[in-house]
Amino acid sequence: MGRALGVVIWLLTLASVVLFFSGWWFPTAIVEHAPGIDRQFMITIIVVGIAFVAAQVGLGYAVWRFGAGRNRDERAVYTHGNNRLEMLWTVITAVIFIGLAVMGQRVWAQLHFNQAPAGSFPVEVVAQQFAWNMHYAGPDGKFGRTDPSLIRDEEQNYIGLDGRDPASRDDLTTTTLVVPVNRPVELILRSKDVTHSFWVPQLRFKQDLVPGMAIRVHFTPTSAGNFQLACAELCGMNHFSMKGTLLVLPEAEHGALMALPKAEFQGKLNELAAKYEVGVIYDANGTKLGKSY
Amino acid sequence: MADEMTVHEAHGAEAVHRHEPPKSFIRKYIFSLDHKVIGVQYLTLALVAVFVGMVLSILMRMSLTWPDMDWPIIGTIKPDQYLSFLTIHGTMMVFFVLTTAPQGGFGNYFLPIQIGAEDMAFPVLNMLSFWVTLVGFVFLVASFFVYEGAPIGGWTAYPPLSAIPSAGPGQGAGMNLWIISIAIFCVGSLLGALNFITTLINMRARGMSLMRMPLTCWAWFTTAVLALLAFPVLLAAGVLLYLDRNAGTSFFVPAGLFIKDIVQPHSGGSPILWQHLFWFFGHPEVYIAILPGMGATSHILSTFARKPVFGYRAMVFAIFAIGLLGFFVWGHHMFISGMSPYSAMAFSILTLSIGVPSAVKTFNWLGTLWGAKIRFTTPMLFALGFVSLFVAGGITGLVLGQTGLDLPMHDTYFVLGHFHLVMGVAAIFGMFAGIYFWFPKMFGRMMSERLGRIHFWITFIGVYSIFIPMHIMGIVGMPRRYSRFAENGQQIYGFLESLHPLVLFVTVAAVITFFIQFLFLFNLLWSLFKGKKAGNNPWEATTLEWDTTSPPPHDNFAGVHPVVYRGAYEFAVPGAPNDYIMQTEPDPAGGSSSSEVTSGNGHDGHKH
Repeated sequence: MGRALGVVIWLLTLASVVLFFSGWWFPTAIVEHAPGIDRQFMITIIVVGIAFVAAQVGLGYAVWRFGAGRNRDERAVYTHGNNRLEMLWTVITAVIFIGLAVMGQRVWAQLHFNQAPAGSFPVEVVAQQFAWNMHYAGPDGKFGRTDPSLIRDEEQNYIGLDGRDPASRDDLTTTTLVVPVNRPVELILRSKDVTHSFWVPQLRFKQDLVPGMAIRVHFTPTSAGNFQLACAELCGMNHFSMKGTLLVLPEAEHGALMALPKAEFQGKLNELAAKYEVGVIYDANGTKLGKSY
Repeated sequence: MADEMTVHEAHGAEAVHRHEPPKSFIRKYIFSLDHKVIGVQYLTLALVAVFVGMVLSILMRMSLTWPDMDWPIIGTIKPDQYLSFLTIHGTMMVFFVLTTAPQGGFGNYFLPIQIGAEDMAFPVLNMLSFWVTLVGFVFLVASFFVYEGAPIGGWTAYPPLSAIPSAGPGQGAGMNLWIISIAIFCVGSLLGALNFITTLINMRARGMSLMRMPLTCWAWFTTAVLALLAFPVLLAAGVLLYLDRNAGTSFFVPAGLFIKDIVQPHSGGSPILWQHLFWFFGHPEVYIAILPGMGATSHILSTFARKPVFGYRAMVFAIFAIGLLGFFVWGHHMFISGMSPYSAMAFSILTLSIGVPSAVKTFNWLGTLWGAKIRFTTPMLFALGFVSLFVAGGITGLVLGQTGLDLPMHDTYFVLGHFHLVMGVAAIFGMFAGIYFWFPKMFGRMMSERLGRIHFWITFIGVYSIFIPMHIMGIVGMPRRYSRFAENGQQIYGFLESLHPLVLFVTVAAVITFFIQFLFLFNLLWSLFKGKKAGNNPWEATTLEWDTTSPPPHDNFAGVHPVVYRGAYEFAVPGAPNDYIMQTEPDPAGGSSSSEVTSGNGHDGHKH
């Protein structure tokens, strides 16, 4: 029985480890801060893997070796413990765990302790049940005032843009987040109704959109392409179908798009989105590099 | 020796309300004051709840794997139904299984006996705590049967989704019932916690010093302290949420919400406040769920390894450390909630620190097995399974606890894999170990070892098969709480398409694992009537419950006040006639210092 259990534990451990090498992995990232996250993940998963395997192998070995067998006269070793061993393994574990914890803060600090660099491309993301509204400031660089009492679905004013505010004249709203490659992007995350969460796997970050708050995040895309945006906080019945689009365009294409008059904007945007295959990575000039997953 | 009647004993005798054994069926089995009956009542409630929870999870898996399938009787599972199954599954399992069976079930039954008491300190309160909990259960199930059905916000019920009745189906009457159910549960838990703490501190038998207590008692005690401090916060949060929904307050709701075409008439509240309150409770709650299982595992491992617990003192300190640190880490559920990123960092470092006492416990379990003479009974198999699963699940906490790594992993299936393994499945294995171990004592009959083994093997392999792949799904990017991943035969998110084989594999594993639980149920029920009769101590264990009949008499010890002479894990003592010495076994006349009988409440002169 002990032998069987030992073998099963080892086999399950082996299967678990093999699964991690079976080809399923993160989609390729397209942002500047991704290498830091991916590296930290690898380091952590290696530590985790070693600890997992060591513990399971140890457990499997113990049950293999230390069965009572048929001879019930033989006794176990009478010991209540070993204080030195306790100290040793406590200290080693603490050093490794706290070391990992401290290391893991670096990327977080990079993303969250600094403001978006000057010259970032700003977009206001206003989530709702069950769609994404992207609000662009237009050539004047100022976001027009919004007010929930001005929301009019029938006029396609989903974010309640105040037409009387001069700054709103050149504002654009659409469901696609379209940003330039190789330039910092600042998102101002808001919600119309309940808490949502902004998430594009290739961007390697997630952020909740909390009603009543305007949360700022920034990132710099390093590749172009058409990527899917998912909601990552349960927001109601159609949480699962709240799909959006992130379109990262070469600088020139993006500049030209954002300079278009309002009437032509959506048409051109659709055209550009169709040009880039979903999930495929392109370089800064628009040359296809390969699939991200 | 009349002068040995210490203050403690006189106090102990008065503390238990002397009552004659009840005669009527209702007083014996329904409104019973006997902690043993109440324990069985809790276990029965948990058994019903776990089957409801499992059925819901199977429905969820079926819906995810074959989204448009028209099932017999239930038809197609629609997105809002899926979410309501998810919500009740989580609520049912966390509260009515993981917080009832280990503590209210086994703790109630065995804490008094293991410390040598006749009953809990407050038997009426004990009875109330069960019945209150049962009422909570009824309210929860009722939410399925009201207009629009059960709520859809998950067991975490984040506002504003949970605060605005029109924000989704089931968020009206169903959500009200959910809050009431949980509030009632909080009360039941608090009543129970008071009882456990008082009983353990005041009612230990002569010689049962704190450091001679079985680790199960330390676990039940710490769990009760956690419950006492954490549940009031949930209760308060629930009251505030109820007021926001029904009395026009705005604790959790800011101004300007546009839901169902109107600007909602609230202002000034913070959705994040709910998260803080909920998780301040919620994190200790997961330790409430697992600590009794850890105690049972330590106890059962030692018993069937025929070897003392390795590092008993360290184990006690680890239980305290886990309990204490458990109150400082709630923010790791909220790294990306909009909370201050500086707080997030602090929570992250504290979170990884809590891995240290958990690792210490694991090392000590391995140390207990090293050099042992293991008897592979069914309870032992499940206890060993607990260790394996706790490690598998706990270790990924190192990933999730780091702020930078939580950025991609939050709200994905990686989190699901983590908490199901470390909290759900490990705790369930602890409960299985407990039931197979203590069934003979509770019911006077043995369960079938053969059926128990089959149950173990399939469940052990099954749960690994269900939950390890979820880590991969999370890495690829599968979000939590999605009712479906395809609409009209089309995958919604391209990056998830490659996961279909894993999704199918997990569902098949889940269905098999679910059905094997009926074998366990059969074993349980059949053995109640047809199991081989059990003696007082079929396992050759050392603690006080094995020194009385199976089942114990009404006052546990047939009028005898047990006296304790040694610690709980005296196995393989060199020179002893058997490979175990019971706690109540005095040394022969003129024996070693271990025969010092200390006062039950006094200081422990017993060095280990």
